[in-house]
Amino acid sequence: MKRRHFLGLLGAAGVTLGSGATAKAASLGDVKGLPNAGGVLFDASRCIGCRKCEAACNQVNDLPKPAKAFDDLTVLDATRRTDAKTYTIVNKYVPDAGKPPVFRKIQCNHCMEPACASACFVAAFKKSETGAVVYDPDVCVGCRYCMVACPFNIPAYEYDKAFTPRVMKCTMCQPRLLEGKLPGCVEACPKEALVFGKRRELLNLAWDRIGGNPGRYVEHVYGEREMGGTSWLTIAPKPSFAALGMDENLGTTSAPELTSGALAAVPAVAGIWPVLLTGLYAISKRKEKIAESEKQAAVSAAIAKASADAEAKLSEELAKAEVANKRRIEVEVKKALEAAAKAGEEGEDA
Amino acid sequence: MSTETQKGTLFTPWNIVAGIILAAGVVVTIMRFTMGLGAVTNLSDNNPWGIWIGFDLLCGVALAAGGYTTSAACYIFGFKRFHGAVRPAILTAFLGYALVVFALNYDVGRPWRLPYPIFYQQGTTSILFEVGLCVFIYLTVLFLEYLPAALEWKRGFDKYRDILVKLTMGLTILGVILSTLHQSSLGALYLIAPSKLHPLWYTPYLPVMFFMSSMFAGMSMVIFEGTLSHKHFHHKMDDEYNLGYEDLQMAFSKAAAWIMAGYLAMKLLGLAMDNRWQFLGTGYGAWWLVEVVGFVALPCYAYAVAYRDRNLKLARFTALWTVLGIVLNRFNVSLVAFNWQLPSVDRYFPSAGEIIISLFVVTIGVIAFRFIVTRMPIFYVHPAYKDSSH
Ligand code: SF4
Ligand code: SF4
Ligand code: SF4
Repeated sequence: MKRRHFLGLLGAAGVTLGSGATAKAASLGDVKGLPNAGGVLFDASRCIGCRKCEAACNQVNDLPKPAKAFDDLTVLDATRRTDAKTYTIVNKYVPDAGKPPVFRKIQCNHCMEPACASACFVAAFKKSETGAVVYDPDVCVGCRYCMVACPFNIPAYEYDKAFTPRVMKCTMCQPRLLEGKLPGCVEACPKEALVFGKRRELLNLAWDRIGGNPGRYVEHVYGEREMGGTSWLTIAPKPSFAALGMDENLGTTSAPELTSGALAAVPAVAGIWPVLLTGLYAISKRKEKIAESEKQAAVSAAIAKASADAEAKLSEELAKAEVANKRRIEVEVKKALEAAAKAGEEGEDA
Repeated sequence: MSTETQKGTLFTPWNIVAGIILAAGVVVTIMRFTMGLGAVTNLSDNNPWGIWIGFDLLCGVALAAGGYTTSAACYIFGFKRFHGAVRPAILTAFLGYALVVFALNYDVGRPWRLPYPIFYQQGTTSILFEVGLCVFIYLTVLFLEYLPAALEWKRGFDKYRDILVKLTMGLTILGVILSTLHQSSLGALYLIAPSKLHPLWYTPYLPVMFFMSSMFAGMSMVIFEGTLSHKHFHHKMDDEYNLGYEDLQMAFSKAAAWIMAGYLAMKLLGLAMDNRWQFLGTGYGAWWLVEVVGFVALPCYAYAVAYRDRNLKLARFTALWTVLGIVLNRFNVSLVAFNWQLPSVDRYFPSAGEIIISLFVVTIGVIAFRFIVTRMPIFYVHPAYKDSSH
């Protein structure tokens, strides 16, 4: 009981399922074209919550200075999220009371089939060759549907700007990648909790670490399949990803797949409705026509009955006048004929 | 309430309230466009959409559905006796959509770019693109459907008026197609966020549900709006309108009862197929029952009773009840059940500024409606066009 029920229902109206399959295939094609795209593996078991990545991100992206300095670790006591002035943040979690805390870095996960890109009605987001999901502020209308769509709650908005508000999120340091440099945060991490590389190789590395340290990690690479997969992958110490505030129930269906059924119904609706509606219109017109001809039939029946009555009366009169003289007969016939003609006229008028 | 006729009473309660709302609206408008969204709304990074989407867009579009339901009933299904109701419904729909688009200018960050998705760069994978395109075209269609009334008011355009009247059938069909598409797409908008919308409201049926509910929302609005209009614009109405009007209220009560029953069945079907019964025991479950039993099942029954007993009073009361139910449903999907997993401190509640703008928009709509129906042939057939088929 998942997708395309909408289409399935319309199918009842005689729509084929073919168009749904094409819509899906087209969106999957985008991903297959990026086998060598880069990504980052974050290992939460190595992160010490030093906020060096936050500082580096702030610097390489020329973001405004924060209220509290990056070496102030009391910031970690509150749960934070990314915002328009911060592309990445580190949060502290205590999965087991009494045991040391675990830290998690949060930023855009650079989805393989990004919900933000699928949602944007001006195509301001693009999954690029490098693996980064990049945003073009020059076309953005500011509808913020990308923010509604992102399952990781990443895009933030410049609500305080009246004329040039932008959607803000981690760019995977796309400008630096294109120069052949590492993302700022990856370069700054003192514990190698962040590794940049090709996604495929990162997956191998992640599974090697999980397999090589029995009992240490959750046996799952977060982002391998979530929402169709992400370029930014996460592995975490036991007990769970949920303990680090991560949604473990996202499922593997990608964002474009979630909406492709409804989109595929568009040509169906646009094609079927005119036919259906014109048909209905024709039926209602036909009903009117039938009613009209029934009325006419009733009228002519009435006329026919009237002249039949007149004829009957005539023969009756003739029988009565059987013995009477011819003149009288003639008179009567004339009279009866006149009466019949009159009755006929009246019938027509009715 | 009707002030035009009572000279010298400019300070009626309605006028005073409307004046205050308009003044406050102007102030908030200036703030919004000089200081940005943050200055007047409670929107946040976790709650990018507030009541300007949940009420102005979602409810606005659903409640303007009377336009396509009435004109389809009259022109396509051949219920000619509803002819008198078509113009008021088209006018209401046209104003409704115009205001939806007007209100969107407040919500989006860079409103002057609103034509971009249609004319500059198309995000065709986006449900919002479909919504935008359909609303844009449908607004044009509604304008053309409304235009004959305006052209009969300012005489001398008979040529254009006659052309438009000839297009009625085509425009009606186009209107039904466009309405089907965007009414359902508004529900489909939320398909992309299964992790954010509570499982009782998230279902793959969302598009169909939004479409079905738009039908009875539109019919209820026609009954409700007709009742109000009767109170305030009775002197404007001619016999054709008045004769068809009660008939229409009854017919729409019956139709709404049937569609609501189907809608109810779909709600339960979705619940059963995804096996989501366990959620009914939670707080959200109770709220879901309030919506589904209190604002779908009961009014559905009430409509059926009203039709059986030819009880106009009950039908009109039920219309208001159903309209409130639609508003509740759209609020639930877009605000209450959305982001349900967020801690309560991060949840959204509208600011005074947002509420003022929503009231502002509704007030402008009522004023525009009054302006038009007191001047143009909406509730009556213009004497010069008595024999015309439109
Ligand atoms: S994490 Fe969110 S913002 Fe980043 S690519 Fe995925 S959907 Fe887009
Ligand atoms: S806010 Fe901008 S980037 Fe986001 S969906 Fe809307 S137009 Fe696209
Ligand atoms: S990749 Fe670049 S933009 Fe993204 S979090 Fe790291 S430093 Fe910031």
